[in-house]
Amino acid sequence: MTAIDPTAHLTAEQIEELGRELDAIRDEVIASRGEQDAAYIRKVIAAQRKLELVSRGVLLFSIFPPAWVLGTAGLSVAKIMDNMEIGHNILHGQWDWMRDPKIHSTTWEWDHVSPAAQWKHSHNELHHTYTNVIGKDNDLGYGIMRVDEDQKWHPFHLGQPLWNFVNACFFEYGIAAYDLELGRNLSKHRRKSPEFRARARAVGRKIRKQVLKDYVVHPLLSGPSFLPTLAATFTANLVRNIWSHSVIMCGHFPEGVQVFERRSINGETRGQWYLRQMMGSANISGSKAMHFMTGNLSHQIEHHLFPDLPSNRYAEVAVKVRALFEKYELEYVTGPLPKQVYSAWRKVFRLSLPNRKPHVKAPERERELVAA
Amino acid sequence: MVTTPLLPSDYLDLVSPLRAGADLRGRIEAVRPETGDAATIVIRPGRGWRGHTAGQYVRVGVDVDGVRLWRAYSVTSPTHRRDGRFTITVKAIRDGKVSNHLVRRAKPGTLIQLDQATGDFVLPRAKPAKVLYLTAGSGITPVMGMLRDSEFDDAVMVHCAPQPHDVIFREELHGLVAAGKLRLTEVHTATDGMLDVARLGELVPDWAERETWACGPAGLLDAAEEHWNGHGVPERLHTERFRPNVVVAGAGGEVTFSTTGKSVDADGATPLLDVGEDAGVLMPSGCRMGICFGCVTPLKAGAVRDLRTGEITEAEPGVLIQTCVSAAAGPCDIER
Repeated sequence: MTAIDPTAHLTAEQIEELGRELDAIRDEVIASRGEQDAAYIRKVIAAQRKLELVSRGVLLFSIFPPAWVLGTAGLSVAKIMDNMEIGHNILHGQWDWMRDPKIHSTTWEWDHVSPAAQWKHSHNELHHTYTNVIGKDNDLGYGIMRVDEDQKWHPFHLGQPLWNFVNACFFEYGIAAYDLELGRNLSKHRRKSPEFRARARAVGRKIRKQVLKDYVVHPLLSGPSFLPTLAATFTANLVRNIWSHSVIMCGHFPEGVQVFERRSINGETRGQWYLRQMMGSANISGSKAMHFMTGNLSHQIEHHLFPDLPSNRYAEVAVKVRALFEKYELEYVTGPLPKQVYSAWRKVFRLSLPNRKPHVKAPERERELVAA
Repeated sequence: MVTTPLLPSDYLDLVSPLRAGADLRGRIEAVRPETGDAATIVIRPGRGWRGHTAGQYVRVGVDVDGVRLWRAYSVTSPTHRRDGRFTITVKAIRDGKVSNHLVRRAKPGTLIQLDQATGDFVLPRAKPAKVLYLTAGSGITPVMGMLRDSEFDDAVMVHCAPQPHDVIFREELHGLVAAGKLRLTEVHTATDGMLDVARLGELVPDWAERETWACGPAGLLDAAEEHWNGHGVPERLHTERFRPNVVVAGAGGEVTFSTTGKSVDADGATPLLDVGEDAGVLMPSGCRMGICFGCVTPLKAGAVRDLRTGEITEAEPGVLIQTCVSAAAGPCDIER
């Protein structure tokens, strides 16, 4: 949708060839998937559980400041691991091939207020299928922000830096509301639909359990450390939320990432679908630890091309994918976390203000954007 | 409330996977070679293990190349072993993923999944006076469980194996013979040819008077059933078949949606999601391109082909398939 299409130099044949080359990369990983990968995810899950247990144990004595600091840090990391490298990836079905019913997309539940089933629908199905298609992929701005020059400006958008900040702090609640499509479903008519009410009740149950655990049961278990433990779990949730929000913003918001019109995906071929994933995602560069803590979403481009490949393989896949970007003269958007976060936030600020109208005349296009 | 969304058991499993109350698991404690392609696996079961009856089998879930596969093996140890362990004896079959893994690569210390022992290929409570065991290959394993468990006044065994060194438990069997507890005829099929069940009378003249337990390849069991039926003594014959359902993967086949009771013919190229929807079955669906895992559904029987990779998936308990990228590879049963 940007003025200059960065893929305009590719012929239809080239795009299909690109698709075949990507398929070959995928097949290679699938053929070599095995014991080491299984051992990896089991090790990560075991480590996460131990870290959470130890951290919660330390927080029983959080009345002592060093214990508070240690326990809070540990719990924050444990929660980030649960959501990112473990939860997100298992819920994508990345580990279904192991046939372990305990590590399976149909049975996994995460430390998050959005029930796994609802998140899978909005994330795996809507976001990953319609990546960056305005009006179809609500991850673009989560329905509360303007993320492209072509979207119509509204005075509401003046506040979007603030909405984005609040969303970052309470990200898991934002996601739950988003998965429920709360904005749309709170209209008088939709509010009463039995389907929506059942889903809202499921979210309510999940919130109740999570809040009870973090803000009642564990503080109570801590006895005299009640208040410090309460503060510690709040802090850990805050850290986890801001971290995952930052990582996720880096996936599709930084400058250089393309968005697409609704009509552009009609009759999309496999090659074109791949190309859209390539142009609609951005990576974060950094150390192995960095990749791990982002749940390998630092390899967002590779993740969007192959959402069901085990996350521990994205690093090796990235080398080959990057070579394809070079071969087909496409821009591989990547950068260190601070740079990408800054870039995404700058866009949020910039687009909170109106810009010159885009040079597009088609009247139905205008309607479409309003609808978005 | 303390551990939500996990269960306390998820944490306990980290330290004590074999404790009482845990999902039933076992730990491989030793792998002892029996012949060139068979080995006995010593398993320490979890506290929930309820023991077995001689002749029964146990389903084990083993992770092979990271994939959990379930197979059934006869228990070969006597009941009520003092140390609480039990054994299975596994013969590596050609292209057998689990059997080759257990015989050649399994390491002591590995955790495996278990089901309780089951099966009615067992001895009756009242001891029969005369017993015949008719076995071939790894069909000897359930019978060995019986032989180790109880003694009979008059027990005869006819066992078939290609050559003497292929006879599993050979030394122990000859020990029983030497002690006068068993009369054994070995049929070495590589030199003697296949056993002709119709001529069993030449080896065991009083076969019809014996309570018989037979276990081995389908051909042998079919012949035995025909023989015993033909002589009007079918009630004397007890058989155990190891692989009752052999899946033949082809292209397309009859697809049954067992929950709704619908059956339709499908070709080998149409995704099962479309097949189901066309038949009016309510199918869960999502991206329709294999990425969202919103359509996964249990495959209860038969085989399907992944339309992207060509990979065949056969039905096993707990196997779920992505219906949007899988097509029928022969008759199959989808739980919808």
